[in-house]
Amino acid sequence: MSRWLTEGLLTHKPTTAYPARPESTAGISPGLPVPSSELTGQALEQLVSMCRVGALSKEKNTLGFDDGRCIHCMRCKGKSPKELEWDDSYEWARLTKLGEKNLAKLSASFKASLYIRTIDAGACAACLTEISLLAGPNYNMHRLGFFMTPTPRKADVLLVSGPVTDHMRDHLLEAYDSMPEPKRVIAVGACAMTGGVFGPSFTCAAGLSDMIPVDVVVPGCPPPPLALLHALLVLTGRKQQAEKIRALGSDRS
Amino acid sequence: MQDSLKEFISANFARIELQEHKNGQTILEAECQPGDLVEFCRCLFCDQHMYYAMLVVEESAEQWIIKHVFYAPSGEMLHVLVRLPLAQTILPSIATQVHAADWHEREAEDLFGLTFEGHPRLGDFVLHDHWPEGTNPMRSSFDASQSLPPGKQASDWQPIRLLESEGSFAMPIGPIYSDVSESALFVLETVGEDVLRTIPRLFYKHRGIEKLAEGQKAHDVLLLAERFSGTASFAHTLAFCRAMETIGQIQIPARAQSIRLFVAELERVRHHVSALAKLCASTALAVAASQASILEEQMLRLSCKLSGHRFLFGMNTIGGLSMDIPEELFRQVLQESQEVGGRLLRLRRKLTRTSSFLDRLQDVGVISQQDARAHAMLGPAARACGISMDLRQALPYGPYGDASSLHIPTEQEGDGYARMRIFFEEIQVSLQLMKDALETMPKGPVAAENADCGAGAALGWSEAPGGGTFHWVRTDEEGKVLRWRLGTPSFANWHGFHLAAEKFAFQDFPIILASMGLSVAESDR
Repeated sequence: MSRWLTEGLLTHKPTTAYPARPESTAGISPGLPVPSSELTGQALEQLVSMCRVGALSKEKNTLGFDDGRCIHCMRCKGKSPKELEWDDSYEWARLTKLGEKNLAKLSASFKASLYIRTIDAGACAACLTEISLLAGPNYNMHRLGFFMTPTPRKADVLLVSGPVTDHMRDHLLEAYDSMPEPKRVIAVGACAMTGGVFGPSFTCAAGLSDMIPVDVVVPGCPPPPLALLHALLVLTGRKQQAEKIRALGSDRS
Repeated sequence: MQDSLKEFISANFARIELQEHKNGQTILEAECQPGDLVEFCRCLFCDQHMYYAMLVVEESAEQWIIKHVFYAPSGEMLHVLVRLPLAQTILPSIATQVHAADWHEREAEDLFGLTFEGHPRLGDFVLHDHWPEGTNPMRSSFDASQSLPPGKQASDWQPIRLLESEGSFAMPIGPIYSDVSESALFVLETVGEDVLRTIPRLFYKHRGIEKLAEGQKAHDVLLLAERFSGTASFAHTLAFCRAMETIGQIQIPARAQSIRLFVAELERVRHHVSALAKLCASTALAVAASQASILEEQMLRLSCKLSGHRFLFGMNTIGGLSMDIPEELFRQVLQESQEVGGRLLRLRRKLTRTSSFLDRLQDVGVISQQDARAHAMLGPAARACGISMDLRQALPYGPYGDASSLHIPTEQEGDGYARMRIFFEEIQVSLQLMKDALETMPKGPVAAENADCGAGAALGWSEAPGGGTFHWVRTDEEGKVLRWRLGTPSFANWHGFHLAAEKFAFQDFPIILASMGLSVAESDR
């Protein structure tokens, strides 16, 4: 066993400096398009028609963007006559109206240490991979006081990914009901926010918000681990939420 | 290559009509009367040792077209076809002879309302019990945009048969269990210390993507193919694009082929590293799990540098690739991948010298070669029991034009340790393939100029990280998808999962699960 101990000690510490400092290593985020008021006319029309999921829209002759629908299909990236601005950051999480109200009521102890239960409500497993990396050395969420728990009965936060399939609905509700108060919910990714490419349909809901109250939403398909860390920090009031500009054209709260 | 198969069929099954269809790809079709189906399929599977790929059910305006797809390691492919009038929904089950077709028939029974006569167990499979009786979502009359009234799920589901003996009990695990896990239910039956049987119940994540695709443009269905199983997205889009390219008879530029190979192998490396990370974590070997997790993150970052997306979304497109990548970036990605490869060799060396780790893998989750074949298991799980099946070699496609020299690692033991060695070994093979691809990568365009597809039907396949995947696509004149059928490796391997989870100590369950490297999303669709 001492061999493994040495191995661990000899390994360079890869943990990100976020949230103390922004992380800028290449490959940590797929980025999101930035709605810009400068795009008009034909260029605007062309961009909107390129978007097959309704994330980009035309609003009063400017470009609207619904981050809950964007699935990083990359079809609008670098393809328009006038370049669409692309934001490579990862601080995407937003509070819902309920989340804002709930945040004010949070006690200090809740902010410092949280237990999280992840629920797969029909996710493609990319979201789950990103969530599982949170506990790995690169993101090491334990240093920030976040821990996974196997049981919802001990969980403070429910981290839900997937469009909520018909078969998972009752299990999700059961898990939510068995959490102690105060409890918070984070909708992870486009699927959990709007149903993504799968819902609403005969098998899937249009995301989570019709079923249980949601405090924080994280856009992305999937949201990278840093976006998930940001969501946890926003939930506990330790970081500012994403600027509202992303949410142009959507008032999902 | 098909000649010997043709001769065999005409010599032994005179009543079966053989037809060759040429539409970009040559498909050998054998049309059967329902009465001959079972014996013919048995002969192909048991005597001719062909592999079972999948069952494709299509509902046209006037008839059912039901196809069992078989293929052989030597490159033959055969579609066994039965036509039935629409009013007739009963046909013979081949599952009693071709066990690999078991789950396919159960699925078709649930989704189309077909009855497979002689099948030992139908009902409650893809659609769980609470769906209204007579709902058959894949029928053309079913409206996929409607949301069904929420039925209450029974919380006390039990398998049809349970052990009855003094002190026996069934322990449910799931559908929500462990720290971060995909939703699935496992019923573990035990009479004391040891677990005797495991009964998995899947499809908690069924999203009905085959139905959602109907009537959509192929370009939009691509988004579904990319996202239904995020951990093998490139392999699935590759299979789907290849089906569409066959329909449209689109020539793929040589550079695109070469890049597709590079990226597909990059995805395989990332998938296997991720599987190894989970395996180390399941044995609670924290340092090894952390090391593997660092490498997994590194592979994700490399994928993102290359394509702009950590899971390679948005890269494949019908007709080639959506983007070209500069030479320099390829070199950098290859070099860093090789560094990961080197660190994995080191990890492997350390793991194979840790006896407490080996104790938990050796002789755990053993699958015999015979059982694996009967269940038509695929990918690393099958290669760990000595089945040298790999679509890159058996049915060389697109970028793998001549892959007869491809090294396919196999092991004989069929236990968790053998599967782990396969994962490690395949990573090194993939790295070599990436290197070779880059050395010979031609210049030129990365996408065909015209990628329009008209009416047609074709089968596309690729060797996904978990095993061979098949995509059957039929389109109309406008290029809209009429039918999309997926045969995924996880579906085949979950069918055989119970083989690995018999007569074991309870604490080995997470290890067996992790060593199989299965995806629930890929199976549930």
